[in-house]
Amino acid sequence: MVFEILSYGFMHRALISGIAIALMCSIVGLFLVLRRYSLFGDALAHAAFGGIAAGLFFGIYPIWVAFGVSVSSALGLTKIRQKFQISGDATVAILLSSGLAVGVVLISLSGGFTVDIFSFLFGSILLVSLENTILILGLAGSILIIILLLYRQLVYTTFNEEQAKVSGIPVEKLNYLLVTIAGITVVSSMQLVGILLISSLIVIPNVTAMLFSRGFKQTAILSMTFAVSSVVTGILASYTFNIAPGGMIVLISIVIFSVSLGIKSAGLIKNKTIIPSIKQV
Amino acid sequence: MLMKVVEIENLTVDYQGILALDKVNFSVESKDFLGIIGPNGAGKTTLFSCMLGLLNNYKGEIRFFGTSIKKSKKYLGQIGYVPQKPAFEKNFPATISEVVGMGLTKNSKKDKIDEVLQKVWLHELSHRRIGDLSGGQQQRVFIAKALVNDPQILILDEPVTGIDSQSKELFYQILLDLNQKENITIIWSSHDLDAVAKLASKVACLNRTLFFHGISEEFFHNEDLLKMYSESSMQMHMHHHED
Repeated sequence: MVFEILSYGFMHRALISGIAIALMCSIVGLFLVLRRYSLFGDALAHAAFGGIAAGLFFGIYPIWVAFGVSVSSALGLTKIRQKFQISGDATVAILLSSGLAVGVVLISLSGGFTVDIFSFLFGSILLVSLENTILILGLAGSILIIILLLYRQLVYTTFNEEQAKVSGIPVEKLNYLLVTIAGITVVSSMQLVGILLISSLIVIPNVTAMLFSRGFKQTAILSMTFAVSSVVTGILASYTFNIAPGGMIVLISIVIFSVSLGIKSAGLIKNKTIIPSIKQV
Repeated sequence: MLMKVVEIENLTVDYQGILALDKVNFSVESKDFLGIIGPNGAGKTTLFSCMLGLLNNYKGEIRFFGTSIKKSKKYLGQIGYVPQKPAFEKNFPATISEVVGMGLTKNSKKDKIDEVLQKVWLHELSHRRIGDLSGGQQQRVFIAKALVNDPQILILDEPVTGIDSQSKELFYQILLDLNQKENITIIWSSHDLDAVAKLASKVACLNRTLFFHGISEEFFHNEDLLKMYSESSMQMHMHHHED
């Protein structure tokens, strides 16, 4: 059965795109979660929805408009937070509702789109084209390389901005880079789980990994493992049982999280060191 | 004659009409152990923020190793900084080794991490998560991080606030060793006059203006200076309550 599923071309594209998106979302998400930006991805996805609607309304390829809107919203939001000292959750709420409002207004002005807007809302990874697969692979590869090259600076800035600044790290530039990467990640991931479920891919694998791991690298590797497992199992299960892949992927990641919580609360695995401690001073 | 590693000239910081620092002048010589004392709101953290390039809208001049910090930020590579209580997410997934490694520059060797952890007596806990340590242990991790690039100057902003007395003693011993055995210049702000009297070779008394800078014994053996300091601190305390 599994071998039969894996022989289809659309399944190859779905799995390759899905794995690339899972890797990208989990590593970018780790930085967002630790900066308390967990809902930032959700806000950018809703802004991208406005971009999708604008693209469809004006007859421009919607994904490109969504990229533009998502990245400019991410940069604008960061600038507003810095300049006007508005709290993070309030700016996220503003962006989230304005993106959705623009989308709803444009949809009603057009009298409804012929293109299935539900594919953007809930994802359609099994329908991903070869061109989009290549685009997703290119973006995911570039983002992973950037993160690897700037790994220490990004971790340090996430840990403590003030100390990173004193060490000569260009904190503000890195912050803008990270939100730009987040904007690109969100739009790339829309085809996998859809606008409404994106934040789950960014948040759940990381929170699950943090239950077990002690170090940053360990957390990143565990998070990527959980994300890839959820995506692969979700795609295969969704085809087998004829269920929407987006919802299936998120449900599987929630199952992994719940089982992890159970293991953790039962005390089967501890994330504390097993090295004998010296006298506590 | 010892080299002047830090020179502060007429440093003035004005927060919208309120003077946080007013024409502060002093210098720090190589191998000094300078204790900066002053009440809350005296401008100690503002002074450090200017010195570390975190605050730039000041008047006056700050020079490290003879060069104005407005001209070059290279001096930051020669400085280790330990903040009052570093703000980080309690569940942040980073081991002690990873936290110390954050301070490494491209050219540093990774075995420096073990070396500096040994200096602060934490080498056996290097795989622990930072959030699992006590406040005193965490501050020692931040000293290790500050030392990882072999700095010439260590700046510490009230580093033992909220730490138990046993941990304080160990912390102070580490600072003394760094100053006396490794010749690291230390600039340390503190509320703890007894500790400053015991450890510091020089003292700077700050209360928005600098009203004493010199040899530690001169300050602590001078009844008039001590009286002036306590009156000044009291005035600042009252002023805070009126605000």
